[in-house]
Amino acid sequence: MSWNDYFMPKTLEEAARLLAAHGGRARVIGGGTDYFVDEAHQPAPEALVDVTRIADLRGIWEEEGYVVIGCGVSHAQIVASPLVQAHGAALVEACGQIGGPQVRNVATLAGNIAHALPAADGAIALLALDGEALIAWADGDAVVREWRPLPQLFRGPGQSAIDSTRQVLAALRFPVRAPSEGSAFARVMRPQGVALPIMGLAARVRLRADGAIADIRVTLGPAAPTPFRAQATEAYLRGRMLDALTLREAGEMLLGEAHPRTSPHRATAEYRREVIPVLFQEAMGRALQRAAALEVSA
Amino acid sequence: MTQTTTNGKMTHTASLTFTVNGRPVTVDVRPSAFLAEVLREQLGLTGVKIGCNEAECGICTVLVDGAPVNSCIYPALKANGARVETIEGLARGGQLHPLQQAFIEQGAVQCGFCTPGLIMTAKALLDANPNPSEDDIKHALKDTYCRCTGYVSVIAAIKQAAGQNGHLALPETRPPLNVVGKPLPRPDAVAKVTGAAKYTDDYVFPGMLHACTLRAGIPHARIARIDTSKAKALPGVVAVLTHEDVPGAKNHGLVYADWPVLCYDKVRYVGDAVAIVAAETREIAEQALRLIEVEYEPLPVVDDPVKALAPDAPKVHESGNLLKHIHVEKGDVERGLAEADVIIEGEYETATTEHAFLEPECAIGRVTDDGRVEVYVGSQIPYADRKQIAAALGVPESQVRVIGTLIGGGFGGKEDIAGQIHVALLARATGRPVKMLYRRSESLIFHPKRHAVKFKVKVGAKRDGTFTAMRIELWGDTGAYASLGDKVMTRAATHASGPYEVPHVKIDCYAAYTNNVPAGAFRGFGVTQSCFAIESAIDELAHRLNLDPIEVRRKNALRVGSVTNTGALIRESCGLLTCIEKVADALNDDLAQAQGSWVFRRPDKPNRVYAWGFAAAYKNTGLGGGANDCSTVEVEAFSNGSVEVRTSAAEIGQGLVGVLASIAAEELGLPYERVHVLLSDTDLTPDGGPTTASRQTYVTGNAARLASIKLRQQLAAVAAEMLDAPADALTFCDGQVRAGDRAVSFAEVVQQAHAEGQSTRLSHLYEAPKTQPLGAGGDMHVAFSYAAQAALVEVNELTGEVACLKVISATDVGRAINPLALQGQIDGGIVMCIGNALTEEFIQEKGIPYTDRLARYKMPSIRHTPEIVSFIVEDAAADGPYGAKGVGEISSIPTTPAITNAIYAATGVRVRRLPVDQDWLLRTMKARRQRVNAK
Repeated sequence: MSWNDYFMPKTLEEAARLLAAHGGRARVIGGGTDYFVDEAHQPAPEALVDVTRIADLRGIWEEEGYVVIGCGVSHAQIVASPLVQAHGAALVEACGQIGGPQVRNVATLAGNIAHALPAADGAIALLALDGEALIAWADGDAVVREWRPLPQLFRGPGQSAIDSTRQVLAALRFPVRAPSEGSAFARVMRPQGVALPIMGLAARVRLRADGAIADIRVTLGPAAPTPFRAQATEAYLRGRMLDALTLREAGEMLLGEAHPRTSPHRATAEYRREVIPVLFQEAMGRALQRAAALEVSA
Repeated sequence: MTQTTTNGKMTHTASLTFTVNGRPVTVDVRPSAFLAEVLREQLGLTGVKIGCNEAECGICTVLVDGAPVNSCIYPALKANGARVETIEGLARGGQLHPLQQAFIEQGAVQCGFCTPGLIMTAKALLDANPNPSEDDIKHALKDTYCRCTGYVSVIAAIKQAAGQNGHLALPETRPPLNVVGKPLPRPDAVAKVTGAAKYTDDYVFPGMLHACTLRAGIPHARIARIDTSKAKALPGVVAVLTHEDVPGAKNHGLVYADWPVLCYDKVRYVGDAVAIVAAETREIAEQALRLIEVEYEPLPVVDDPVKALAPDAPKVHESGNLLKHIHVEKGDVERGLAEADVIIEGEYETATTEHAFLEPECAIGRVTDDGRVEVYVGSQIPYADRKQIAAALGVPESQVRVIGTLIGGGFGGKEDIAGQIHVALLARATGRPVKMLYRRSESLIFHPKRHAVKFKVKVGAKRDGTFTAMRIELWGDTGAYASLGDKVMTRAATHASGPYEVPHVKIDCYAAYTNNVPAGAFRGFGVTQSCFAIESAIDELAHRLNLDPIEVRRKNALRVGSVTNTGALIRESCGLLTCIEKVADALNDDLAQAQGSWVFRRPDKPNRVYAWGFAAAYKNTGLGGGANDCSTVEVEAFSNGSVEVRTSAAEIGQGLVGVLASIAAEELGLPYERVHVLLSDTDLTPDGGPTTASRQTYVTGNAARLASIKLRQQLAAVAAEMLDAPADALTFCDGQVRAGDRAVSFAEVVQQAHAEGQSTRLSHLYEAPKTQPLGAGGDMHVAFSYAAQAALVEVNELTGEVACLKVISATDVGRAINPLALQGQIDGGIVMCIGNALTEEFIQEKGIPYTDRLARYKMPSIRHTPEIVSFIVEDAAADGPYGAKGVGEISSIPTTPAITNAIYAATGVRVRRLPVDQDWLLRTMKARRQRVNAK
């Protein structure tokens, strides 16, 4: 791997224009922890555009009812962020489990999302939080910015709808937590072989005053070519009171709509089907506790 | 900025300004350079180690603005304006950082290669959290790997540095002599905690070229044509060599010369070397590899040792696929089985596993002014390297010098030739120094692994648990070349009936060639595999007979007076029963908290089941089997009162330097610090033999002891004159020679000897007691070490996840020479064996490794470290130094079956294939529940 230039633009405009100037021969890089370990990048791009030093996009802030995470933000920053802890517990739990400290200090959530792996912990959690991504690109002298719902970013396993040679995934956001809402993330890893999760699952639940479910998100992966949202299960649970039986039935329903496959050296479909209800119960349990216990902070 | 490189290409550089260890630095770097390269190669900070280049092992950790990052894939330019800290910046004004000091004192430094990464990761933790809990420590160091320590001492060291009382409680051992028996820090520890320690890749010579190897990439093929012309034409390439350029022996090999230096007729596994390139830079050499054209005619692949022995199997070697049939027989097995009240039959299978020493193989070759070839390498067998290099070059051995560098872990994986011959060939071809460093991906597919073995086991016993017979068959996959397969599978076979007296035994073992990556030496040397099979079968037998698993072992255990399955009479030094008792007692204390049951649940942990398992093991010390097992040590006393001990034996992290220093200090009455140990330079140090078979403490330890005694006797004669006292009335102590109340210093005696024209340099060749080959009866080995272990596991009934929470271990080592180093060996062995049970598998399919990167080989991290309760049993071996026998392997053997037996106790599922697969376990537990419910 060898590239002639490594740019660290200070503004989004500069990043977009660098990409445009290279006409597809440069690409965006975040922490690079996935990119640099994959030896398959041949030929190497002419230049890398590191977007982690864009001054406006290195932090986490609240804006217009959203928690916004800049593309320069590492997993470690997310885990330590009081704002994300308050509004997106699922994302904190997911980001806290990715890699080890050294990787979390460098790897960005934007990079995790842009990589578009169906088992990406961060993507699964953000999907449950109704996340959106800000895509930016140069159009002549102008720089276009556009918020897109997360599902539009994923085309297939490792296939992103974002063209990293022309577009920057500039930021991510998700709505601030409503009252009586909670989220959680759970996963199972395989101790042998590949360092990828066998199954990850996130749940976000909002309760009505009577304790019934007002709204819910259940997302998981790898259960489809892209991070998967279990809409049938969600529909079943909306409006219901949660008891052990309902949870069990919802778990069955989840198995009806998720389609995990056997991946050689990672997991059998049968095993994945065994652990999906386990993770569902675990994540729901924590999400409900949070929904019941937490009030919206500031 | 642009620069012209030696190959004439224009290359950009960019300016990097940052602070390194408090010092402002500006340096021009390649835009594609990673931080580790810049720190190591441009700033000379070689304390930054690279283990994998894929952000997996964490040993390249440096701090950027206080945060630990993997510098191997951190773009250098990203550090622009940042504050970078490396291991070199930790000590201030000659004062070690508390972490460095604690790592030394707690014995958390072994091979030392991962030490800088561990310390830097720990520093970031303590900077942010000065009083971490054990969980905090495990969380922070989760992805910084160490293969030697098992992390127990690492945790203790971090606690100590944090000012907590984390001191390792070393197990009780016999009262020490003056030096021997004391827990002393390693002589090389300071260099290893400061980053000053130099491993092969840390050496740079003027004009040095960089070399790469073209690997076959396919498991079995005839070579039709090799065309290197395009590669040779690439600017910057200095030499491209193939088999035609090997002037001497075309093959190498430790036991059988069956392994081509560079393949000539066919390739037999994906890692076979076909061509080698030396170029001005590594990048150019790698580019040149892609320009070499090799035309192959693919051949059918055989990837299984049983299939390999079928008559119509593809032949890996012309001589056939059977490397060796090993037969062990005692008594009449049919009669023994007929006498049994119960017979247990089972099949077991172990996986190919990888040493994953953290330092990838590296060698440097250079030609000296007088035309000799020097090879710098971290090798377990320097003299065998010299012999094989000389043979391939077609020169006398005297023309080759092998200089051993520090070794970043070996575990048996650095016994065979890697790049040693190749760099020698390239240095001769180019006249320039040549370095060949393997990438992790190359190391993985190249070097010999632990044998995958299939077992058929039949155990007959009386109702009371007394064994009557064992019939065992083994098929070992030795891969494409013999390596040490013959010896490993012999050990697997002779230890296959366990450390028990069995009246009737018949064992047949087949070591077969396949097109898989070769298998050879790996800590445990075949016994790890056998122990899993036989200890599982014995556990099954105990359950079948409704007997206490410990009682069954106690009843049959080898003891003085027993005869082994090879016909050796155990005459002494057999501490197995003591080991069993120690573990049984400690286990009983634990069980008392769980109402005496081996299986229990915890109210605070729903859906978890806990259980204990037990296993025992033994392992030979020394080569045995009739081999001439010898070692030579040279000892020289200097006029300043210090001593140097010299031998070619490998320090692979196990602690040999400390052992030899302790022994010489003991015999010469010197402080430990006054003894320097020089290892592994074939011009300067005599042959200590291979570092294998847990033999160095015993064999080279004895050579050091006897050489030191000889030197003492010589000096005593001189001192006798000086003190006017009879030589046999003198004592050597505290750096002095005393006769009653009169004394002279050791230095003065040496000075006097020199004044009298005496040389104070002498050597001793020690030959271990004679052993017998297999089949001859009598002593096949000079000694055995013994161990018993109990393991506590937690099984998650919802996910099948298994964790080993605690290990109670007792190990008979004859004598603890250095209890601190010894405990490091025991902790490290146990954790490695946990990996063998629960995580480690080198996966290959039809001869193609799936495990071609470290991200696909899970080894134990600090999170796997259980609580370890260790007992040392010292049943002295009469011929061992101070009674010591081998310690390097024994603790790494019984943990696996202790764990799998515990899993059986917890779940009713018998593990028959390693490693334990949670996916399989969960499905099997479910199927079993359904069967039980159906009844």
